[in-house]
Amino acid sequence: MRLATCRRLTLAALLALPLLPAPSRAGEAQRIVSIGGSVTEIVYALGEEDRLVARDTTSTYPPEVAALPDVGYIRQLSPEGVLSVNPTLVLTEEGAGPPEAVDLLKEASVEFVEIPEGYDRAAVLTKIRRVAEVLGVPEKGERLASDVAGALDDAGRIVGEETSGTPPRRVLFVLSMQGGRIMAGGANTAADGIIRLAGGVNAIAGFEGYKPLSDEAVISAAPDVILMMARGGALAVSDDALFAHPAIRSTPAGEARSVLRMDGMKLLGFGPRTAEAATELAHALAGG
Amino acid sequence: MVAIHPEGHLVGDRRGLARRTSWALVALLLVAAYASLAVGASGVSLPAALADLLAGREIDARARIILWDIRLPRLLTGMMVGASLAVAGAVLQGLFRNPLADPGLVGVSAGAGLGAISAIVLGGLLPAGIAGVLGAALVPVLAFAGSWLSVSLLYVIATRGGHTSVATMLLGGIALAAMTAAFSGLLIYMADDQQLRDLTFWSLGSLAGASWGKTLAAAPLMLAALVAAPALARGLNALALGEAAAHHLGVPVQRLKTGAILVVAAAVGAATAISGGIGFVGIVVPHLLRLATGPDHRALLVNSGLLGASLLLLADVVSRSIVAPSELPIGIVTAVIGGPFFLWILLRRRGSLEI
Repeated sequence: MRLATCRRLTLAALLALPLLPAPSRAGEAQRIVSIGGSVTEIVYALGEEDRLVARDTTSTYPPEVAALPDVGYIRQLSPEGVLSVNPTLVLTEEGAGPPEAVDLLKEASVEFVEIPEGYDRAAVLTKIRRVAEVLGVPEKGERLASDVAGALDDAGRIVGEETSGTPPRRVLFVLSMQGGRIMAGGANTAADGIIRLAGGVNAIAGFEGYKPLSDEAVISAAPDVILMMARGGALAVSDDALFAHPAIRSTPAGEARSVLRMDGMKLLGFGPRTAEAATELAHALAGG
Repeated sequence: MVAIHPEGHLVGDRRGLARRTSWALVALLLVAAYASLAVGASGVSLPAALADLLAGREIDARARIILWDIRLPRLLTGMMVGASLAVAGAVLQGLFRNPLADPGLVGVSAGAGLGAISAIVLGGLLPAGIAGVLGAALVPVLAFAGSWLSVSLLYVIATRGGHTSVATMLLGGIALAAMTAAFSGLLIYMADDQQLRDLTFWSLGSLAGASWGKTLAAAPLMLAALVAAPALARGLNALALGEAAAHHLGVPVQRLKTGAILVVAAAVGAATAISGGIGFVGIVVPHLLRLATGPDHRALLVNSGLLGASLLLLADVVSRSIVAPSELPIGIVTAVIGGPFFLWILLRRRGSLEI
């Protein structure tokens, strides 16, 4: 249902594009709060970062973004915190909240624009065009979108070459492994989307979202490769811990000790770096 | 009436102390309320806005929204939630004659939690008409329904032939809480990623969602509970001697219990609905006051309300200024401040505590 809604929003946005008097907005939004990692990345990729006055917790790339004040987690915004940076525009990924905070911001006559989310090629390009249009720089947006589209095409060609003649690799995305329980990415997730773009097959197709997997489900998924986010701290899982897991050990990935770790925001963000992530993942899948 | 307290003080001294404590707590509440209106991420100044208002000047629109639509509902919500949780704790401790009783213990909080989780996870399945009418009120409404349902069930389980057994009620409450937690777990399993993150933040507790609409919707229940609670004081004092003794002293024990349960259900249901899971206030506040001014419920219930309100306001000020412009969930602040403080008191008074 959400996917269908996304498609419809995407289509509506594309159709509405030529109708909007985009240039008139250019001078307006000079104090922008960017909410959501991929939206923030797009603002930087468009070269419009000078207009940012704050960002949310999920906005971690590029590293310079850390210098901006953090107004909190995308779904738990503090209305006064956002107002304290005197924004004229809040630009956000889908799902900003809580609703009361959003209502108050609108009441305080702060422009509030939500960019639709999605996990495929079209969604990335739509996000870029939409952000550029809201910022009043549609030409820059077209350029960036065609660059990214080109990069995605290149990635697609590389993926095609890498995977020609071989059956697609089965990839299990492991979000976390706590207390021996594997939290895996099912259908309609960013993990599923990037695995597809890289020419792989998500080893788990039976459910939506990120869910804990039973040991038997891990074994019957029979992944060739385990994909994880590279991270430190308490959530880090070492190779030894991963392959000591009895269910994983008995899969093809476990026998070959085959695990890939990639930067989480690049891998799952579905922004300007998605082509790079898909290419990197495709190479790794072919090589590993 | 002059009686000798076990520690050797005259009871009259205790009552004077309790009264002086009440005035001190009123002063503390005023300070906390001022801080809650004056402190915030945006640097909007309360004195400046008041000066503008008195001089008949126009207040800046943004300052008006911050003071009137953000900080004021948050102040009122925080006061009512803090007072409700503390008073509910004091009433439960009196009812169970056990200083460790807590709204969490008899499944009231768990029932409210199940209601809220149902709203977050299953809200999308409702027919558009119903969802549209309830809108943002869906979570509070279902949370309150959950707490009422769990208290009613508990009452049915624990009452036989018009007599309520406190032991059965405690054990039944624990069983209900466990069952409720299982249903919540099932819903959490069904939740998608966004709902899961909503649930996590809801369960940590926050006043960030406070708005006039939510505050006014939850206020009647909390105010009714707070106004009704002092009427239970004499009965709870008598109950401390045991049910039979209370009965012989002329206390209508059954009515007292029903009243206490209703007060707790209304207070905790409405407070949980509006603010999520805020721990420690219900157990720490009455405990501190009992240590300071004795177990007389006439003072304890009123003072618990005052101290609970002040502490929650101050915790909220900390939660929204410590990492500004972002903010910490308030449940983290109450646990981080309340936990060690409570332990310190316990350890200091270890010798004289009888639990």
